[in-house]
Formats: sequence, C-alpha cells, structure tokens
Amino acid sequence: MTSPVTDAQAAPTRAGVRVRLDGLRRRYGAVTALDGVDLTIEPGELVALLGPSGCGKTTTLRLLAGLEDADEGRITVGGRDITRLPASKRDMGMVFQAYSLFPHMTVRENVAFGLRLRRAPRAGRDRRALEMLELVGLTQQADRYAHQISGGQQQRVALARALAIQPTVLLLDEPLSALDAKVRAQLRDQIRRIQLEVGITTLFVTHDQEEALAIADRVGVMKEGRIEQLGPPTEVYSRPATPFVAEFVGLTNRLAGEVRGGQVTVRGMTLPLVDQAVPDGPAIALVRPEAVTLASGVAGAGGALAGSVIGVTFLGATSRVSVDLGDTTVLAQLPTSEVGSLPPGGHVTLAIRPDPVLVAQDSQAVPEA
Amino acid sequence: MSASGARPVGAGRRIPLAWAGVIPFLGYLGVFLLLPTGIVLWGAIRAQHGPGLTLSGLKLLVSPTVRFYFVNSIELSGITAVMGALLGAILAYAIATGNPDGLIRRVYIAGSGVLAQFGGVTLAFAFLATVGPAGILMHASWYFDYPQGIGLIYLYFQIPLMVVVFLPAIDGLKIQWREATANLGGSTWQYWRHVGVPLLRPAFFGATLLLFANALSAFATIQAWDNQIAYVVPQQINTSIISEVGLASPNEPQILALGMIILVAVVMTGYALLQRRTARWLR
Ligand SMILES: Nc1ncnc2c1ncn2[C@@H]1O[C@H](COP(=O)(O)OP(=O)(O)OP(=O)(O)O)[C@@H](O)[C@H]1O
Ligand SMILES: [Mg+2]
Repeated sequence: MTSPVTDAQAAPTRAGVRVRLDGLRRRYGAVTALDGVDLTIEPGELVALLGPSGCGKTTTLRLLAGLEDADEGRITVGGRDITRLPASKRDMGMVFQAYSLFPHMTVRENVAFGLRLRRAPRAGRDRRALEMLELVGLTQQADRYAHQISGGQQQRVALARALAIQPTVLLLDEPLSALDAKVRAQLRDQIRRIQLEVGITTLFVTHDQEEALAIADRVGVMKEGRIEQLGPPTEVYSRPATPFVAEFVGLTNRLAGEVRGGQVTVRGMTLPLVDQAVPDGPAIALVRPEAVTLASGVAGAGGALAGSVIGVTFLGATSRVSVDLGDTTVLAQLPTSEVGSLPPGGHVTLAIRPDPVLVAQDSQAVPEA
Repeated sequence: MSASGARPVGAGRRIPLAWAGVIPFLGYLGVFLLLPTGIVLWGAIRAQHGPGLTLSGLKLLVSPTVRFYFVNSIELSGITAVMGALLGAILAYAIATGNPDGLIRRVYIAGSGVLAQFGGVTLAFAFLATVGPAGILMHASWYFDYPQGIGLIYLYFQIPLMVVVFLPAIDGLKIQWREATANLGGSTWQYWRHVGVPLLRPAFFGATLLLFANALSAFATIQAWDNQIAYVVPQQINTSIISEVGLASPNEPQILALGMIILVAVVMTGYALLQRRTARWLR
C-alpha cells in the first residue's frame, strides 16, 4: 500500500539533521539506567536500539526527547546543544508504546493538535492533518475517535500526529509491541517507508531483534546502560562483537568446548575464534543454527556428533530442526527442501561450518529475548 | 431463529444461566427501590376521599408552603455541591500528584471514605458542643444561620465525598497525554486548557451532581443541627409523618417523597450520562 505523495510531503521542510549523544548518564536512585551512551545518528538515518528489558532503551529515548534530564553528557541536534532545552522546545516527534491519542479529540484533531499549540491557522492545520493522514493511509477515519479505531490504526495516527509538526527527529518507543504479529510486520514496513519518504532522522526502540534488523539502517545493541555494538543489521547479526550480542541477536547454540591456541574444539570439531586472544581453557562456543548442517543416518565414527531429530519447525523457505545429542540439544536451520528426509526420531549426523565463532564464559548471563 | 425450534420442549421456559446471577440483585432492587417507590407513588395519587386515583394531590408540589422546602433543599444542595466539588477537586489533585504509595495518600483516602459517610452528624454535634449558642468554647450566632451554618457543616462530608469520587478520574489522566502535549510543543498551561480540563470536565460535573443528590437526601445532619424547624424536604417529610396537625394534605409525606424521588432520578440520570463518557476517556 503506497499512498500518493503530494508536494507538501515530498519536500521535507527540514532535511534530516545529525543527532549526537555524548556520554549520557542517568541514575534512578541506586539504579544506573544509562552508563555512558555515545551515539551519532546520521541525517535521515534510522537507528534501532535493541536490548533486553531494563537495559536503558527507553531512558535514552526520553533523554533525547527531553522528558528526562541527563545527569551527565551532551545532546546535540544539527550541531546545536539541546541538553538543557525543555521537551516542548525540542521539536521532536514521538510515538509512545502505549496508546497516547487524546480520547476527546477526533483523529483529525489529534493530528492537528501540535499545529494548534503553535497557533497555526485552522485551514492550514486541517490541510496538514489530512496530508499526514493520507501519508499513513487513514483519511477515511479522520472523524473517528481513538476508541473507534484499531490499535494498529491508533499507532498510525500517533505517527501522523508526530510528523505533522515537521519535527527534526522522530522517536519511536516500541510503537508496535501492543499489536499482533501480522499487523506488526505490516506497520513496521509502513513506518520504514514513510521514514524514508520524509527523510527524517529517527531513533527506534525495540526489544524485538527481528523488528530491529528489518527496519534499521544501523542497530545499536544495548546492555546494562551501554551500547555494546552499533552497526548495520547484517554486521550485528553475522559478526557480533561480543558474546552478549551473539546471544541476544538471533538464535545461538551454546556448545561446551576447549580453547587452545586461538581455536576452539567442540565435540571433536575444531573451529576458528573471532577473538584470537581468548585464553586457553574450557569455554562455551556460540554457534548459529545456520552454521549447523545435518546428514541423515549415523556416519562412521559419528560419536559426539550423532543424534536424533526431536522436531522440525517450518519457517517458510527455511526450517529449524532440533537435534538431541544425548547431553545437549542443538538447533540447525536448513533450507526446507533439505528437511524432508529428516523425520522426527530419525538418526542424523551433525557438522558445523568452520566460521569464526565467539566464546562465552559459562557464568555469563543468558539474556532472554 | 431456527435454532430455537430445535430446543427441547420446556427449555424455553427455563431461565438462562446468565440471568440467574442477576436474580439476587433484581430482588434487592425490587425490595429496596421499586417497592418503596411504588408505595410512595400509590400513597401520592390515591384519592383521599372515596375510592379511585387522583392527581389532585400533586398540586401540593407547587403550592407555596411545599415549594419553600424544595427551594431550600435545592439551594442548600446546590451551594454545598458546587463548593464541595471545587474544594474537593483541588484536594483530590493534591493527593493524586503526591507519592502514589505514600502514607498520606492512604490516610486521605481512608479518611475521606469515613468522613463522606459520617462526617456531617459528627461535625454538627461537635459544633453544637463547642461553637454553638450553647457551646462551651465560644458562642457563634452564625452557626444557626441558614444556609451558612448548615452549609459549612455539609461541606464536611461533601468535600471528602468529592475526593472519593473524583480521585479515580484524576488518576485516569495518563502520563503519556501530558508527555505527548509537551512533545508536540505544548506548555503546562496548554496541557490543562486543551487536554486535562476537557477530559476531567464530565467527571467533575458528574461528581457535582452526585454531591447534589447526596446533600438533597441528607437528613441526620440537618436534624442534628436543628430539630425544631424544618428547612428542607427530608425534615418536612419527617415532620409530616410524626404530626398530623397542620398538614396541607393527609398524604403530604408521600407527595413530598415523590417530589424527591423525581428530583433525584433526574439528577442521577445526568450523573450516569456524564459518568459514561468519563469511563470511556479516563479508564
Ligand atoms: N522513573 C524511573 N524511576 C526509577 N527507575 C527507573 C525509572 N525509569 C527507568 N528506571 C530504571 O532504569 C533502567 C532502565 O530503564 P528503561 O525503561 O530505560 O529500560 P528499557 O530498556 O526501556 O526496558 P523495557 O524493554 O522493559 O522497556 C531500569 O532498571 C529501570 O527500572
Ligand atoms: Mg522501554
């Protein structure tokens, strides 16, 4: 669904601006919510902040919006220091996680509200509101109230409302988390399309890694108030910088092994390490399901790599197979065409592609996605 | 509906399960609301001489003597409802913006609940003992002035009642609305003008109507304040029940009660309509 772009929309009155966060710190009593966040968002770029609950994503966003004050650090937008500017002067459009539409206003009035606060003439703000509703595909619902439209539509109105004031920066805090899966994927793509159309610098917060990878130019993975890795989705996924990132982004098998001389030996297979400097000794190798291949039947000396199929999950073009190796379970992701010969209970032999892997110490907390 | 034809004979006469649970409530409603109302209505329109029904008694409602009590009732209830609503709303806001788990808030809410029920009589006697004409501490003539004296005493339960019924509405204002307003460039003043006040308005007027009805039906407090003179309708109902002399009509109590029922019904209908809107907005 692509709505026609009128001239007013196509010409973003503000080209995207650069946003810089420098050493942002924020404490709530004994809790350190942000522990030195540095982040530069390029003009027109969409950066997604991804991380487990409580890692400080929302706090980062609220600091940028001016809804909270930083204890330390600096925020600059388009070269201007706005660290001490109140929220109402920041010109940022924000879409909240929970529905935040004003219940006593129609959809149109909601969208026009920011312009009304700016004392824009009525005709102008009505026109702008309709343009924005056209952008999100909701002109039909202009005269309804929030309780008369669906959750997904409400979030689209919230997006239109945020964009109507022609903000310098767009901020989205888990805007899709209250929606069901199908609507979520649709709306995610629509948000991305609109963001590209408008060309607005955007910070998108989510705890859903699939969402982050699908929507962002770059993904920042957060842990305990810091950004662990910042990079394009493909890089974060295929070359995670830390074990935490490897485990949080995508599914990972944790296999016990032994590090020796920059290599790790797992169940008789030797794999190269990403980080050669890991000291020798026992370790947990983090292996992506895509790096695991399966052959049916028990091959020769199979031993530690022989197992039986527990179940197959059909994902579309690929399928995920869980294999019982006796002392542990391993996930393998294969093209669906190769899965047909692997009935549940069938015997298989496992192999691991010799891609460089990360290792984790056993004590390291496993984040829940 | 074709499905009903397939049902076994007799099943249609059984009460659906969903309705069974409502029976105790309907029973309660019947015994304590509909039955008394019926009795009052019957008493009000029954012909005084001979059989049959008549509406002539209802003329009493607009007679000058009876009008006096209704005007007083409405005046006293109106003034104390508006004052109570304004002061109670301010107090409720102060409580709402304080620490949500704080001791103060809990004490206020519990205290308000109790005062809203019993505050009036307690204060009437307290005034009587301390500041009234026979008071120990001081003599205050305004105490027996109508409506200032009794109005002040009414506020003693009107304000807590306002706190109890208005606090949920203030709590229903979502923090996101305030933040969204700030984010869109609005000042605190603009937030209240365009968002806070419009959203609270129906709840405020609804609560005011509730306070009005509450004062309208209050009897114990004003009776404790002055049991010699009847100022308001409930007092006059009481008087006309216990004395047979000087009644405008033998069924005066029923007719007065009917007038009250109509008045309260109108007010509570308004309350329910406003409440419905509030419930949708400030859930
Ligand atoms: N107003 C507050 N008062 C006290 N602690 C807070 C407050 N806001 C956030 N925190 C704490 O700061 C930390 C970071 O919170 P934040 O809301 O930024 O996490 P998040 O990454 O957005 O998590 P989620 O995915 O659950 O939304 C958490 O430990 C949280 O409990
Ligand atoms: Mg959050």
